[in-house]
Amino acid sequence: MIELFLNKLILGIQLGGVYALVAVGYTIVYGVLQFINFAHGDVYMVGAFMGMFVVKGFSEGSISSPVAMVVVLGMILIVAFFVSMRGHWKDPKGAAVRLVGFAVAFALIGTLVKLFLKGGVLLFKPITALAATNVIIGGIVALTVAVAWCAGLGVLIERTAYKPVRGTGRLTALITAIGVSLLIENGGQAVFGSDIHAYSLKDLPGGKQLLTGTLDLNLVGITLSVSKGQLIVLLATTALVLALTYIVRYTKFGKAMRAVAFDRDAAALMGINTDTIIAFTFLLGSGLAGAAGFLNFGLTGYTFDTNTGIMFGLKAFVAAVLGGIGNLYGAVLGGLVLGLAEMFVGGSPFSPYRDAIAFIILIAILLFRPSGLLGKNTVEKV
Amino acid sequence: MLEITDLHIYYGAIRALEGVTLRVDKGEIVTMIGANGAGKTTTIRSISGLVKPKTGTITFEGKPIHKMPPHEILKLGVGQSPEGRRVFANMTVHENLELGAYTILSDRKRVKQGIERAFHLFPRLKERETQLAGTLSGGEQQMLAIGRALMSGPRLLLLDEPSLGLAPFLVQTIFKIIREINQEQGVTVLLVEQNANQALKIASRGYVLETGRVIMEDTASSLLTNAEVRKAYLGE
Ligand SMILES: Nc1ncnc2c1ncn2[C@@H]1O[C@H](COP(=O)(O)OP(=O)(O)O)[C@@H](O)[C@H]1O
Ligand SMILES: [Mg+2]
Repeated sequence: MIELFLNKLILGIQLGGVYALVAVGYTIVYGVLQFINFAHGDVYMVGAFMGMFVVKGFSEGSISSPVAMVVVLGMILIVAFFVSMRGHWKDPKGAAVRLVGFAVAFALIGTLVKLFLKGGVLLFKPITALAATNVIIGGIVALTVAVAWCAGLGVLIERTAYKPVRGTGRLTALITAIGVSLLIENGGQAVFGSDIHAYSLKDLPGGKQLLTGTLDLNLVGITLSVSKGQLIVLLATTALVLALTYIVRYTKFGKAMRAVAFDRDAAALMGINTDTIIAFTFLLGSGLAGAAGFLNFGLTGYTFDTNTGIMFGLKAFVAAVLGGIGNLYGAVLGGLVLGLAEMFVGGSPFSPYRDAIAFIILIAILLFRPSGLLGKNTVEKV
Repeated sequence: MLEITDLHIYYGAIRALEGVTLRVDKGEIVTMIGANGAGKTTTIRSISGLVKPKTGTITFEGKPIHKMPPHEILKLGVGQSPEGRRVFANMTVHENLELGAYTILSDRKRVKQGIERAFHLFPRLKERETQLAGTLSGGEQQMLAIGRALMSGPRLLLLDEPSLGLAPFLVQTIFKIIREINQEQGVTVLLVEQNANQALKIASRGYVLETGRVIMEDTASSLLTNAEVRKAYLGE
């Protein structure tokens, strides 16, 4: 009985950690812009896909699908796109041009991914061969590619879609975010297809030993069996959340971020380039969403498709609201509470309502404590 | 040092400035006085780059700055203590000062010297170094806002209503320190004030703004004795 409880506890924390990783992205962006990035869940979905391309590219053995390299190529394209746009961001009529540019870049990269998936390029043979020999190297490459790609995607979205409409009202920003979300979901479907996918690091050499089975922990006579894959997810999310907390609290960027979040004009008067800090905030948040997407699917083998980000994103958003939107620790706490709630409801007679829990929590929090668990109603001194 | 020529600024359809022209020379304290809504804050914010003019130019040390973003204008040597102080209430006094030195943060020595200089000017801040800025009194917050604006080592300091809402004895202190910053540290000052009497006493020249226009400009001493000014802004 107690074992069962502890097991659920660990699983809940693990799931909660993944929610937290996505929830912090909502919360830090809200912190600097007072804006809900509704496309954030879709970035998480892209992370799952990017991880898959790398892992499948490696595990299929043949160098016929060196997708990881294609993905990197895509990133280079995005960077090139950025460089070409330098100095033109302020041009108001350029908004349309930018969006077209974004679409073209996206389609181009997508086509390339498709092409390389089917064909083959020998150029990358040695690099792929090395990474494909070991699950740890492969896993790190997959994580890095997922994080880098999503971080780049986040900045791209901010610069091309959100920045041009900044300052034109909340409703405009909200509608833009929904538009971006639809663009990624449907654009993703056009590029990646509408199939349901699953992949696992187990498919890489050495993966079975590393990830199959459970780890038995003996605690004062109670034996806890934790799935190895889930334990790794738990450790990785913890490390990433700690790293983010460190960046926000102690680095120069983090301090600037907090200043921008508190008072953007005052921050600008300190010599802080607020546009850069906002882009950096998207970079951090989206990178973590990418990591979450890869971790939650690449290590568990759960299935996903291009719409996976919708529900998960909404739940992570609920986690952020639950903790107090704008509050970093709140997002972590909210994620954990939601993960635990889902896990325990999942094993109870109420299990059919597992997915509804998040929204019951949302309604409750909006009714009884709209500022969230850790959110405070700040009193401004005049 | 600073030259503003025929500045027109709009907030949407609202006209805030209708052709403001003013000049600040190196080493001066120049004051801008005028009733609420006259456009003083708008002028200050446009110098820092927080609002962009529709037409007109602003040059700092000969360089046009009216199209530059705020962080670049600061780097040229323009610091601002904004209206309402706008300290980072959720951070400590120390962190606020550090943010003031954001552009020179890698130069630890300069940051340290800057913090010492701020504490020398405002010993009260030293006592409160690790306290959250939001818990300071209004006067202390004003000191912090000025200290923070000096951290980057500006040659021109813009002060927007530094005496607003302060107790009379604190107003005296603040004005004394503004003069000290000007005379001992050689910082040129553009001072916006409702407290026209005090401001004109420490300034060399002054401008009077009304509904977005400069309606009078003269030496501070002539403005102080001007009957119209005395009637409208000195409460006589
Ligand atoms: N953010 C704003 N949006 C719209 N109108 C504004 C804004 N800020 C100032 N104004 C208007 O611009 C004019 C000048 O204001 P301001 O520069 O703040 O004057 P002052 O500092 O002299 O009191 C006023 O009519 C004011 O109502
Ligand atoms: Mg004002």
